[in-house]
Amino acid sequence: MTAAPESAPQTGRPLPRKEDARLLTGRTRWTDNIEPPGTLHVAFLRSPMAHARLTRVDASRARGLPGVAAVFTGTDVASEQGSLPCAWPVTEDMVTPPHPPMAVDEVRYAGEAVACVVARDPESAADALEEIDVDYEPLPAVLDLEEALAEGADLVHSGAGTNRAYVWPFSNGDVDAAFEGADVVLARRYRQQRLIPAAMEPRSVVCAPEEDGYTMWSATQIPHVLRLMLATVTGIPEHDLRVVAPDVGGGFGSKLQVTAEEVLLLLLARRLGRPVKWTETRSEGFQTTHHGRAQVQDVAIAADADGRLRGLKVDLLADMGAYLMLITPGVPILGAFMYPGIYRMDAYSFTCTGVFTTTMPTDAYRGAGRPEATYAIERIMGELAEELGMDPVELRRRNWITRGEFPYTTVAGLTYDTGDYEAATGRALELFGYQELRAEQERRRKSGDAVQLGIGVSTYTEMCGIAPSRMLGELNYGAGGWEHASVRMLPSGKVEVVTGSSAHGQGHETAWSQIAADRLGVPVEDVRVLHGDTRVCPRGLDTYGSRSLVVGGSALVRACDRVVDKARVIAAHMLEAAEEDLEFAGGRFRVRGTERPSAAVQEVALAAFAAHDLPEGAEPSLDSDAAYDPTDFSYPHGTHLCAVEVDTETGAVRITGYTAVDDVGTVVNPLIVDGQVHGGLAQGIGQALFEEAVHDAEGTLTTATMADYLLPSAADLPRFTTDRTVTPSTTNPLGSKGVGEAGTIASTPAVVGAVVDALRPFGVRDVPMPCTPERVWRAVQEARNGGEGR
Amino acid sequence: MPDIRVTVDGVRYDDQVEARRLLVHHLRRLGKVGTPVGCDTSNCGACTVLMDGASVKSCTVLAVQADGAEIDTVEGMAADGRWHPLQTAFHRRHALQCGYCTPGMLMAAADLLRDNPAPSEDEVRGGLEGNLCRCTGYANIVAAVLDAAAEMRTPVGGGTA
Repeated sequence: MTAAPESAPQTGRPLPRKEDARLLTGRTRWTDNIEPPGTLHVAFLRSPMAHARLTRVDASRARGLPGVAAVFTGTDVASEQGSLPCAWPVTEDMVTPPHPPMAVDEVRYAGEAVACVVARDPESAADALEEIDVDYEPLPAVLDLEEALAEGADLVHSGAGTNRAYVWPFSNGDVDAAFEGADVVLARRYRQQRLIPAAMEPRSVVCAPEEDGYTMWSATQIPHVLRLMLATVTGIPEHDLRVVAPDVGGGFGSKLQVTAEEVLLLLLARRLGRPVKWTETRSEGFQTTHHGRAQVQDVAIAADADGRLRGLKVDLLADMGAYLMLITPGVPILGAFMYPGIYRMDAYSFTCTGVFTTTMPTDAYRGAGRPEATYAIERIMGELAEELGMDPVELRRRNWITRGEFPYTTVAGLTYDTGDYEAATGRALELFGYQELRAEQERRRKSGDAVQLGIGVSTYTEMCGIAPSRMLGELNYGAGGWEHASVRMLPSGKVEVVTGSSAHGQGHETAWSQIAADRLGVPVEDVRVLHGDTRVCPRGLDTYGSRSLVVGGSALVRACDRVVDKARVIAAHMLEAAEEDLEFAGGRFRVRGTERPSAAVQEVALAAFAAHDLPEGAEPSLDSDAAYDPTDFSYPHGTHLCAVEVDTETGAVRITGYTAVDDVGTVVNPLIVDGQVHGGLAQGIGQALFEEAVHDAEGTLTTATMADYLLPSAADLPRFTTDRTVTPSTTNPLGSKGVGEAGTIASTPAVVGAVVDALRPFGVRDVPMPCTPERVWRAVQEARNGGEGR
Repeated sequence: MPDIRVTVDGVRYDDQVEARRLLVHHLRRLGKVGTPVGCDTSNCGACTVLMDGASVKSCTVLAVQADGAEIDTVEGMAADGRWHPLQTAFHRRHALQCGYCTPGMLMAAADLLRDNPAPSEDEVRGGLEGNLCRCTGYANIVAAVLDAAAEMRTPVGGGTA
């Protein structure tokens, strides 16, 4: 590998983003802004029932309406629609029921498509839906995870004979011994409520037949994976498919999916030979864009009287929803390795049971398994501290991996390469004013203030970069974890960077420019970053799991280094020097230790293009590419502290202080990193206090609009205090660890922990999420009335 | 179908529209797709525009109700190649990530600062309550609006594109 330039002025700089210009001026290319000539508009008729047999779908009246080009029912497309893919068979005997993009004879969640209209405009399509007659024969809704697993339970998939999708166990160490000899054993049940990811841009798909195949524009995080899956599902050859993710308005995992609508629009474009377009309404999206979380966690911890952890047992029920989508079954498994957190312990066991219900499938939502794990361990650490009469920070300090112990292989089998929990925690305590707040809390407790103060602690870690391909193979995941980059040195010295990572708000165009500018020694303005189009960026595995910088950025580093290696050969020829006598710094090749003329990388690029005088055997190009497969995960960590005021008379919760000190390794752009932390916090706080997808007894989603599902507004959120410690990762050449999910993973237990801490004097041990005023108030009342405080 | 006359970012459009068509869909049919649709319950504010100078969620206005009105969208916010101070502040403060809420957020903020040129942080948070962002946690949006307010209060201001 070539040495980095001696000065690295771009990396670490808070460069305002290149992508802002179009976003700030309305010159955006959202999928919904795209409409090829002759486009027909698609609307879906969706089941109002959670579970029913389709006994009749009659579209004859709709077909005759003005403006309607075609109507298709599930039966009409049954022979060609295939089954939506699940890429992660977590066990060999996992039950994977067929998942038709459009229901043919049975619907299994409210919102499942039963027919679609293709019409001249969206209004005509929507009007025609009302002329389709469907007879539903109701079947029982299956909603409760424990009831679903009981003997004789109603089945989501009668053909499967069970609602159990899989059981996935893991254990290490003698868990029974760890618990038997323990001074303290605590068991808790936590509920991870079902969440709606709610990216601001609704899903939208446009598919156009072209001379040489089909182009699909989709609001997706995964154009490359989508292309491969569309080819697999429909049989259309992969090279006849081009997938473009234009400007994409947020994802948070919800656009990490191969959706029914994407498959169906491709089939409609093929059937009709016309471009077709569909954009979900928000209410449609809340019902039919995958949900997240939805787990019941039984957690038990064993410790000695001095607080030393002995063992941890985790037993999960994970709600799959009605079908297994792209990585539905794998999400809780991504959490399996994170329950031990940053702590040393002797033994650990984990079991996850995936359960079918008659609801929209769950899948990745920001953090995907890791927020759930972090929530459980950080909450029960708070409970253990209370049980032992110990400060919760002190309990953590007694158990965390100390800075001298890295690399450290945890009881879950991961090897954390670096970290400094002492530094991050020390900084957070100082910024937060921990001691002063504890004193204030004590005053309020003594005075019996109606407004109590609570403090929540979360010392989290997570795993990013998902993941080394070899490890993904061991986990039966259907793809690898590498990422690709290419660098094109244009004759004028300008640079095009092509990345397989597909941004949707993360700022790749800026951060990748900064990396390339430093590695190649060119001005940052001279770099253009291209992404999100399988014809422009043919290789890639897209964006999720906080992987883009760690894996995609590392691929770019390698590709840049190869450019420099190629340039060195030509530069040596130009400078009439030996290659090994050249040094490359600040974008120039110089003969080491001399004042002789130098050659700028741009001059070398021009020489390579002209190719009039190249050394023997040298290619007339500096262009290079690289695919980078990480050697291990990276492990961001940090300490988050939350202070809340809880009005014990009304149940109202107000966050009065939030301090986040994160260690995400080397920072390329601190503006972007802070933004990712802020946004992550908002979503984690949203889970703690505001958000929940609720179904009624019939399985209807009662929070299907933004009026019913409470997303936090500016007025609901506090000011954040953020800072960083920097312990570079050793598992990638940038030293970065990933930051996309950290805030979400860390914050939920900090906030709920703070609410519970405020209510300790009443004996409250838990408030189920989201901690709404009603739930907080009820927890206080129940505790006062002699209940055990949940 | 009713005839309507709407001036959008300084250009007059005379059209026949279906009575049920929402202003936001009318704007988008005119090719003014800088204003996006984010929800169907008027909760998100992504479609906020100025109608005769006051902010409205253009999904809550029928196109026919805008007959005779002047509509300002994010596409007309920059003037003479110079960004509005809010645009400059959003850029400098990293007040946008995916950018989908940004057009509505900018227009709502412009209206907020027209009503209250020197808002406190809490007033900015309260004033933008009707505009949802899922990316930023609002911290940088609030900071940007406060920055822009300060800049707009000083006699010399404005940013460059």
